Amino acid sequence: MNKREDIKKTYKLYIGGKFPRTESGRYIKWIDQKQSTQVNICRGSRKDFRNAVVAAREALCGWSSRTAYNRSQILYRIGEMLEGRRSQFLDELILQGSSKKEAEKEINHSIDRLIYYAGWADKYQQIFSRVNPVALPYFNFSYLDPTGVVSAIAPNDSSLIGLVSIIAPIISGGNTVVVLASEENPLCAITFAEVLHTSDVPGGVVNILTGHRSELIGQFSSHMDVNAIVYCGNETEEIKLVQENAALNVKRPIVYSDENWLDKNTQDPYRILNTLETKTTWHPVGV
Amino acid sequence: MKTKTKKTDWFYSPAPESTDHIQINRKNDLFIDGKFIQPKKGKYFKTINPANEQKLADVAEADQSDVDKAVKAARTAYDKVWSKMDPAERGKYIYRIARLIQERAREFSIIETMDGGKPIRESRDIDIPLVSAHFFYYAGWADKLEYAFPGKKAKPIGVAGQIIPWNFPLLMAAWKLAPALATGNTVILKPAETTPLTAMKLAEIIQEADLPPGVVNIINGAGKTGQALVEHPDINKIAFTGSTDVGKLIMKSVAGTGKKYTLELGGKAANIIFEDAAIDQAVEGIVDGIFFNQGHVCCAGSRLFVQESVAETVISKLKDRMESLIVGDPLDKNTDIGAINSKMQLDKIKMYVDIGQKEGALIHQSSCSLPEKGYWHAPTIFTDVSQSHRIVQEEIFGPVLAIQTFRTVDEVIAKANNTPYGLSGGVWTDKGAKIFQVSKAIRSGVLWANTFNKFDPTSPFGGYKESGMGREGGLEGLMPYVNLV
Repeated sequence: MNKREDIKKTYKLYIGGKFPRTESGRYIKWIDQKQSTQVNICRGSRKDFRNAVVAAREALCGWSSRTAYNRSQILYRIGEMLEGRRSQFLDELILQGSSKKEAEKEINHSIDRLIYYAGWADKYQQIFSRVNPVALPYFNFSYLDPTGVVSAIAPNDSSLIGLVSIIAPIISGGNTVVVLASEENPLCAITFAEVLHTSDVPGGVVNILTGHRSELIGQFSSHMDVNAIVYCGNETEEIKLVQENAALNVKRPIVYSDENWLDKNTQDPYRILNTLETKTTWHPVGV
Repeated sequence: MKTKTKKTDWFYSPAPESTDHIQINRKNDLFIDGKFIQPKKGKYFKTINPANEQKLADVAEADQSDVDKAVKAARTAYDKVWSKMDPAERGKYIYRIARLIQERAREFSIIETMDGGKPIRESRDIDIPLVSAHFFYYAGWADKLEYAFPGKKAKPIGVAGQIIPWNFPLLMAAWKLAPALATGNTVILKPAETTPLTAMKLAEIIQEADLPPGVVNIINGAGKTGQALVEHPDINKIAFTGSTDVGKLIMKSVAGTGKKYTLELGGKAANIIFEDAAIDQAVEGIVDGIFFNQGHVCCAGSRLFVQESVAETVISKLKDRMESLIVGDPLDKNTDIGAINSKMQLDKIKMYVDIGQKEGALIHQSSCSLPEKGYWHAPTIFTDVSQSHRIVQEEIFGPVLAIQTFRTVDEVIAKANNTPYGLSGGVWTDKGAKIFQVSKAIRSGVLWANTFNKFDPTSPFGGYKESGMGREGGLEGLMPYVNLV
């Protein structure tokens, strides 16, 4: 009897709710530590990034005008889908070098983090909005508005929990995002895109690229239609480059260095606030 | 309906505010470590009254070594005194400053008007009252920070370098100092080189209030002094209000240093008039929006959008109203529009007015006569402009308005947002639902509905996009001065 051959997954990019290959036709050979598995990862290009920004910009209006309740449910749904596909992530995390115990812990934390930010989606506005008691005959209130399109460089050393921990607060606040997955451990990122795709997240709200950080970081930070950049890592030169490029259009640069993403201290609503703008409205009282 | 522009025959007798009780120090030193000291190199520059070009005083110019000295004083005060002080006590000092300013409000108003050119009515009724209100508001926050940031502890950042502009000199000083002090930071403040005098008067008050030496240091100078402050390695935080160009330079310069910063930059606000607005109020709002403070306002309503059906009426009423504005002696209590702050700024405004005409826009100006001495510009509006005109895209920072028309709500939202700026906006309509729709859609930090250019210490102010980062005022204004742990 013949042995059945496995069907292997093609790892592609996730842009505008679709899974295209990189327009550049380039790839990165990824081999696990035991040399048992070999995968061709897309080597995303600057053009792929620009396409993703267009998709994120198009999705912004729709996503930011969803009700907070709806955004909350969609984040919760991502958690549900991740829970249902844990065995796939378990395999990939182990392939990427985690022990079974570590992998299980990372998946648990990733799901919990999604549920955490799902809960915040319809609460941060109540905690951080206010009516301001101006000393004039006006009604004045401040509320939070998404900053817009965010680019994000995911942590290199963590493949799933790091990715989830930066995407969740960004989209919980109504922004859209283009994220560059961990260069060393890219497998989970694309599988996570499949989770997003089956979670009612509208296309373009989250876009995930794989590729070389050194090649793409310049474009991620200099693009003129990106409103904020989240950088994860502690490479001094990279941080400097990101912050310098942010000046081109006064992007908000947000840097997370030395974070242990498995620690609960790395989750709080202030991380949602990092990609939100305070808008204050005045109106006269009386005629 | 066609109305003719008519000149009123009203006549106002001169009503100048007296200046004989005002003491302007002819020579102003640096205020470092609680003392007035001479600059190391002994260099002074003059500050003039832009309304008559007469010299008011000499002001010390701080160079690198003076900046070093100020930073050192601020660091020592931070480490040894201010960050360790019981917050409630810290608050008392700030309350004291607020009270002293109230007591000397008249003096401050007059000096502000003489040094900067703004009408006395404005410095007396808006700038200076807001200054004391700002200190008063933040004083009370000092011992309540644990309620401001749920789930976190707010810690001061350290030494803050603060660079402020010339359009609201003392008010900007208050916006910067009050939240920084309330949260336990120490400060080096650099006023603008054309308007240093009220800040130096504030230094007197800070002395009088017995603030521990080094908590507030005030140094003067131009761009180079500011740069030395920004680049100083022992500064933890930069707060800057000024042009977007300089804001970008600051971002670049502090990149990779770990310094925190807040930026209040330029603007090109859309003021939107719908056909269902109360037209007369809207016309007043347009005037407040663009001619307030000679248009030297980052949040000025410099782009006017009028719905087509009422455009003719609005523009005609606006021309009439513009004709009745009193331009002249800033110290006169009847003056609506004072002097342009500096020759440099006047040249820039004239350049843009020239560009506007060359690009084919139609110019309308008040026929008011302008004084011979000093820097003046007649209120100016442009019609027949389009989105691509430079006078629509670029910040002029003067009494120059560009008017466009629109038909639909979607159209005006798209046009209003078609700018790299996002500081403020205005919407005029009697329909509540439309106000919420438009104010939500406009990408800017402050939205005035059926009003314009209103400010309050409790109300956060600051921009989206290239208009800056962070907020000043309100509870939000504490955030840029704390580390949350």
